[in-house]
Amino acid sequence: MAVPIHLAFVDGRAPVWSDALISGVAEVFPNPIRTIAAPVDLQSCLVPSRQQHHAALVLAALLRHRPDPASKILGIVRVDLFVPVLTFVFGQAQLDGPGAVVSTYRLRSEFYGLPGDEGVLVERTIKECIHELGHAFGLVHCDNYDCVMHASSTVDEVDVRGAVFCGHCASVLEGKGWS
Amino acid sequence: MTDRRILIVDDELSVRGSLEEWFREDGFQVETAEDGLAAIRAMERGPYDIVLLDLKMPGMDGIAVQKRVREIDPRATIIILTAYASVETAVEALKLGAFDYVTKPVDPDELSNLVRNALNARTLAEENVRLKETVSELTQAAPILAVSAKMEHVLELVRTVAETDSSVVIRGESGTGKELIARAIHAQSRRRYFPLVAVNAGSIPETLLESELFGHEKGAYTGAQYRRKGKIELANGGTLFLDEIGDITPKMQIDLLRVLETHRFTRLGGNQEIESDFRLVCATHRNLEKLVEEEQFREDLFYRINVFNIQVPPLRERPEDVLPLARFFIEKYARAMGKPVKAVAPEAEAVLLAYRWPGNVRELENAVERAMVAGRGPALEARDLPVSALNGDADEPLARSLAALEKEHIARVLSDCEGNVTRAAKVLDIDRATLYNKLKRYGLRR
Repeated sequence: MAVPIHLAFVDGRAPVWSDALISGVAEVFPNPIRTIAAPVDLQSCLVPSRQQHHAALVLAALLRHRPDPASKILGIVRVDLFVPVLTFVFGQAQLDGPGAVVSTYRLRSEFYGLPGDEGVLVERTIKECIHELGHAFGLVHCDNYDCVMHASSTVDEVDVRGAVFCGHCASVLEGKGWS
Repeated sequence: MTDRRILIVDDELSVRGSLEEWFREDGFQVETAEDGLAAIRAMERGPYDIVLLDLKMPGMDGIAVQKRVREIDPRATIIILTAYASVETAVEALKLGAFDYVTKPVDPDELSNLVRNALNARTLAEENVRLKETVSELTQAAPILAVSAKMEHVLELVRTVAETDSSVVIRGESGTGKELIARAIHAQSRRRYFPLVAVNAGSIPETLLESELFGHEKGAYTGAQYRRKGKIELANGGTLFLDEIGDITPKMQIDLLRVLETHRFTRLGGNQEIESDFRLVCATHRNLEKLVEEEQFREDLFYRINVFNIQVPPLRERPEDVLPLARFFIEKYARAMGKPVKAVAPEAEAVLLAYRWPGNVRELENAVERAMVAGRGPALEARDLPVSALNGDADEPLARSLAALEKEHIARVLSDCEGNVTRAAKVLDIDRATLYNKLKRYGLRR
């Protein structure tokens, strides 16, 4: 049986585009996808000196809300995430592990001084969610520019890469009993 | 993405953890170390492609760790990571061979590019090593056959001196293969990727030799229509092989001494000083010490060039090399002439072994080549060997001097060539200048 995926909008209500997001993820992952509530205290994950939230702390808090040990949980936050050595991260996942988290903070066009564009935000968030879930299912970064698992450290790179797995990554996932 | 290995050295657990996660997602095999000592232990278990090293750690200083890491694996690419932006430390780390330097926290894009560049540089370095190995194989000097202990000793000397940058004088009779020895020294030296430039000082008149060695500017003399680089300039980075050094004129000796002392010179007709980093290997068949005594060769130049001495023994002093060399030449000419000759007939072996080979390996090669032209069977026969090897020289008393044999041989060849020095030199396989010298020495007339 396929591993269930639980989606949690961590810092408040689900956005109006949550259905579009779930559909986008479901197009790639045949697994059962359910949204759940995960009331994580984000304030406790805030590092005042950086005015950013520690991705590892958010992820650890999120995992406490995973409904069953066989499932994967993906948290979506609006706050800015970081890991200690990096200035920021779009998301963080446990490689071949139970959880992942994605931040929409730097996926918004407004962050770059551009007019807001919900369509672009949804597309980027879908890609980031699939990317981090890919890590949670054991995938590493892929050299194929079109693959959703291609590494991206800028939003431009997120836009350039595709929203689906390449043949190689798909076959790796199938080897892990993905579908 | 890769099967590359990375070692993360940082005293902060959170930094190690986040970097470990980040690089694992990138497909790296990641190891972490919390301090310098753990890093060194990990390096000993290595190897690692990249070492991400925090400079400020308790205990062992990061710079000291960097030095030790390089000692253990000089090929590991080190990227310095520090929370303190100190230009001095960065410069020191870079001087010690770190690939780059970043300050924590680092932008993910910057770290990605840095690691990508480091891997690219490493790939290029690995390719460079592979290419050098390939070039090295392709540029191997011609093999030198050495069955005898005497030639084994010569090859041992070649291996020893090749590692140094010292000047070498190779001595030996004509035809003993002095140039081959020079090429072997060059091919085994660190200069092997640069040219070996050979000049035969004995075959070039003094005025031309000057231009040949130093080059000239346009208009330096009548007929100098273009600027031309000299052999010394062309040998930059490599080896200059100066054959028949004992034959150069006193003026050329002074000029050469100056270049050897400063490695600087000017082209004929030029003002600009040119620098050339070359290693000098000389050869001569003459007794340089005697020439110094007779004041025909400058003592200071003699000591400058005579740092290392290799004496190539004549073929008659190493008879165990004769048949292997003959077989080598048979194989060479059989291939070139498309003849199925594969062996030496027993009678021919006896002739080859009995002859004293005054012209040394060159004469042997010549004899084999001529016999191969004449021969028709699958083996080299005694009747096909040149007259000099068959005419009973072997029965001559052993007390006969080499000079007497050489004189006789030259006289016969010259006579066969109707006194034509150019043709005789070609048959003897020596240059005209050497033949003229020999004619003069033996009092022979054309």
